[in-house]
Amino acid sequence: MAEEKIAVYVCHCGTNIGGKVDVEKVVAWAAGQPNVAVAREYKYMCSDPGQDLIKQDIQKLGVNRVVVAACSPTMHEPTFRKAAADAGLNPFLLQMANIREHCSWVTEDRDQATEKAKRILSAQIHRLPHNQPLEPIEVPVNSDVLVVGGGIAGIEAALKLAQAGKKVYLVERKPSIGGHMAMFDKTFPTLDCAACILTPKMSAVGKDPNIELLAYSEVEEVDGYVGNFTVKVRKKPRYVNTDTCTGCAACMDACVVRKVPNEFDQGLSKRTAIYIPFPQAVPLRATIDPDNCLTLRGKKCKQPCVAACGPKAIDFDQKDEVVELKVGAIIVATGFELWDPRQEERYGYGRLDNVITSLEFERLSNASGPTGGHIVCKNGEPPKAVAILHCVGSRDENYQEFCSRVCCMYSLKFSHLIKEHLPETDVYQLYIDMRCYGKGYEEFYKRIMDEGVYFVRGRAAEVTDVALNPEEQGRLVVKVEDTLLGVVRRIPVDMVILSSGLSPAHDAKEVAQTFGFGCSANGFYLERHPKLEPVSTVTDGIFVAGACQYPKDIPDTVAQAGAAAAGALALVDNATVKVEPTVSYIDPEKCAGCHICVGVCPHSAIQYNEEKGVAEVIEAACKGCGVCVAACPAGVPQQRGFLDEQIFAEIEGALAV
Amino acid sequence: MKYLYFPGCSAEATAKPYDASARACAKALGIELVDLEDWNCCGSTSYFSIRELESFGVSARNLAIAQEMGGHDLVATCNACYTVLAKTNRYFAEDATLHAEINEALAAAGRRYDGKVRVRHFMDVLINDVGLDEITARVKRRLTDLRVACYYGCQYSRPMGTFDDPEFPTTMDRLVEAIGGDPVDYPVKTKCCGGMLMLTQEDAALKLCHELLAVAAREQADVIIAACPLCEMNVEAYQPLVNKAYGTDFHIPVMYFTQLLGVALGIDAHTLMLDKQIVPVDRVLAKVPA
Repeated sequence: MAEEKIAVYVCHCGTNIGGKVDVEKVVAWAAGQPNVAVAREYKYMCSDPGQDLIKQDIQKLGVNRVVVAACSPTMHEPTFRKAAADAGLNPFLLQMANIREHCSWVTEDRDQATEKAKRILSAQIHRLPHNQPLEPIEVPVNSDVLVVGGGIAGIEAALKLAQAGKKVYLVERKPSIGGHMAMFDKTFPTLDCAACILTPKMSAVGKDPNIELLAYSEVEEVDGYVGNFTVKVRKKPRYVNTDTCTGCAACMDACVVRKVPNEFDQGLSKRTAIYIPFPQAVPLRATIDPDNCLTLRGKKCKQPCVAACGPKAIDFDQKDEVVELKVGAIIVATGFELWDPRQEERYGYGRLDNVITSLEFERLSNASGPTGGHIVCKNGEPPKAVAILHCVGSRDENYQEFCSRVCCMYSLKFSHLIKEHLPETDVYQLYIDMRCYGKGYEEFYKRIMDEGVYFVRGRAAEVTDVALNPEEQGRLVVKVEDTLLGVVRRIPVDMVILSSGLSPAHDAKEVAQTFGFGCSANGFYLERHPKLEPVSTVTDGIFVAGACQYPKDIPDTVAQAGAAAAGALALVDNATVKVEPTVSYIDPEKCAGCHICVGVCPHSAIQYNEEKGVAEVIEAACKGCGVCVAACPAGVPQQRGFLDEQIFAEIEGALAV
Repeated sequence: MKYLYFPGCSAEATAKPYDASARACAKALGIELVDLEDWNCCGSTSYFSIRELESFGVSARNLAIAQEMGGHDLVATCNACYTVLAKTNRYFAEDATLHAEINEALAAAGRRYDGKVRVRHFMDVLINDVGLDEITARVKRRLTDLRVACYYGCQYSRPMGTFDDPEFPTTMDRLVEAIGGDPVDYPVKTKCCGGMLMLTQEDAALKLCHELLAVAAREQADVIIAACPLCEMNVEAYQPLVNKAYGTDFHIPVMYFTQLLGVALGIDAHTLMLDKQIVPVDRVLAKVPA
């Protein structure tokens, strides 16, 4: 190797770095450091002129090592490495020194920030002479895509990918796709009916030759790496042969178990033990619920379903089945759960009649719902007054701190539906702030105000059935401080709708673990970057979409699903993909063949070569976690780009200032 | 099971039956209560509202004595005593400045407190240490079909909610079920009785008591049980004034929960001081099989 010539670039990042770090001073100091051939400052290194500085110095000054002191490597390392490569320098001879997130943003004092910037920079200047050129590893890409979750997000992503000619596996946990949107009546702010806009998409999924639908199935295990995932999916037994079942529902008419709470109607109606969740279900196939079927519970039953079934599709001996899928990319769109308002005892949900959740109201107002779309109380009478309580479980430090984003709007929609069905009924909205931020949302709010809905600014204190006067007798009373009038009010109503917030699915953490990414503090899936990579995750090739990432309405969900599909397509539309070469390497001369590394590798990326008696790294599968490096008793495995001598030089550099 | 016991001032006056019945129940259930030596008033809500620092000092003296006696758990029956002692304990643990100030004051009396005592409500001990199964096993007279309104009061579980839900406690209901009674739906279970307002703003307190009585009547409760001396007195003794102000005719028996528990455990009426109740409880006792 020729003599090391290091170029140092210190970025101001506008005032992000320059406001705290004395950049001029750092550059002057850097110019005098060992092996440094040139040191420069620039306002925005990531801009084209900034990148050109690097390219020119490589080409004109013969610089052969580069350190850019700027932001986090997760932000712009790829940018600068590409610039170096364009100028003919191996990109792994460029290092980032993070003096923004690790220094200027977190240091109050200007002198201290400047000193710290020098140390961070010094570490990289000392490290660079030990860096070696590395070549990216190129691996083939499987062009199939797995979409997990059959709500509107998963449906949209699957359809887009299928349209691009890709083979898509769509896995859904429930017997039918459709998710929450299939339960809704109307959608805000345009009030088009949810079923009318969703069911065509659902049936398109069922018919698309590029989409293989695996409903009533769950992902159990994900292995592999970008472009080459192996996924195990467990297909739960429906006890019905889906090839022969025609979805005629004759079995449902015959079934003797008729009082199972219907999940799709939020328990407001009953279903049979053999059931099709709703008339527009996709796939339109019956499923036997093993917890309620007499035969499957080992009880006596004459099995009238078997007699009623023309094509003889019922098969009580069906077992679950694990299928293995090979895909290049995965989109996780597993949705949300409604926050359980039982936790907020003061509102009496589960204790007082006619206190219902928003999802229950969706079913109640839906023409295909349990009351045929009639908004009625438990006694069958239409309510004379309804209160809609906002922010139940949201914006509440006791439960969920965040705003669930959709509740203001669906509450407005509820008001409209009540006024439409029952013009004489009084509707009260009890809100903290109205958050109507989307296209056409504020206009919708104005429209609802004009429809004569009462808006009371205040969070409800309590819902009670204790009457203090004849008007309240036999009704529900909502107690609230009206913060605009400055008085405590008691509002007698006949129905209370709790606008429950959106929660992460109860098993979000485990599901995230299965796919190899994490959750944010609020429990929703963590994206790679909240602004610039909202659909990517830390695992290359795995994307997220919809309310599993954060509460969002249908327009945002559909937009994000499209973005996730584009992200997956940008990957699987290539024949190969380059993966980082910072992987482990085992020197066969030194390996004693003890097998320890084989056992500790979490990605099954090390195999034992019987012939040679040594362990070998499968480079494409290695994720560069370094576990084998730490575990080997002889210190044989070395991780490229993180060699011992590189780390030690970095430490020495940090301590040299 | 051995505990230090803080009787509280009311136990020597209006709430004698609470004290007597709690001691009798403890004995019947194998709980040993050792009286805190030379205890003083907890300071209650009123003193805290006026002189907070001094109140913490007064309350901490009791905790310091409990620590000296080697006690780990200090048990109170009165909701106010329990909440004040527990509050002092918590501030002591979390506010270093207060901790230092109080110990400076205690030092003048030759005492010190290091936060080693745990403050417990008697109900907490019954539910979590004795256990409902054990209580059920020791019942001698099951309260079959007795409709009971469980009135927790405002300081039973609020604000801390250490052993029960702060907004909607259920421990008393579960105790009543364990001894065979039928706890009625009592949505006003944590509503204020008016407290000391009965002496200064009588109409406001009567309004609150009226609500408590009206809901018990609506639910056809045979008896209201309370866990606080002030709650018990306001709801029981002021029924005639409530009746006068609201044109009602309430004669609802009110007891301490320990008295009702005592009845179920087969303790005699005299020991439980049932004859001291203002609204006679004969109707309640008549419904309980001998």
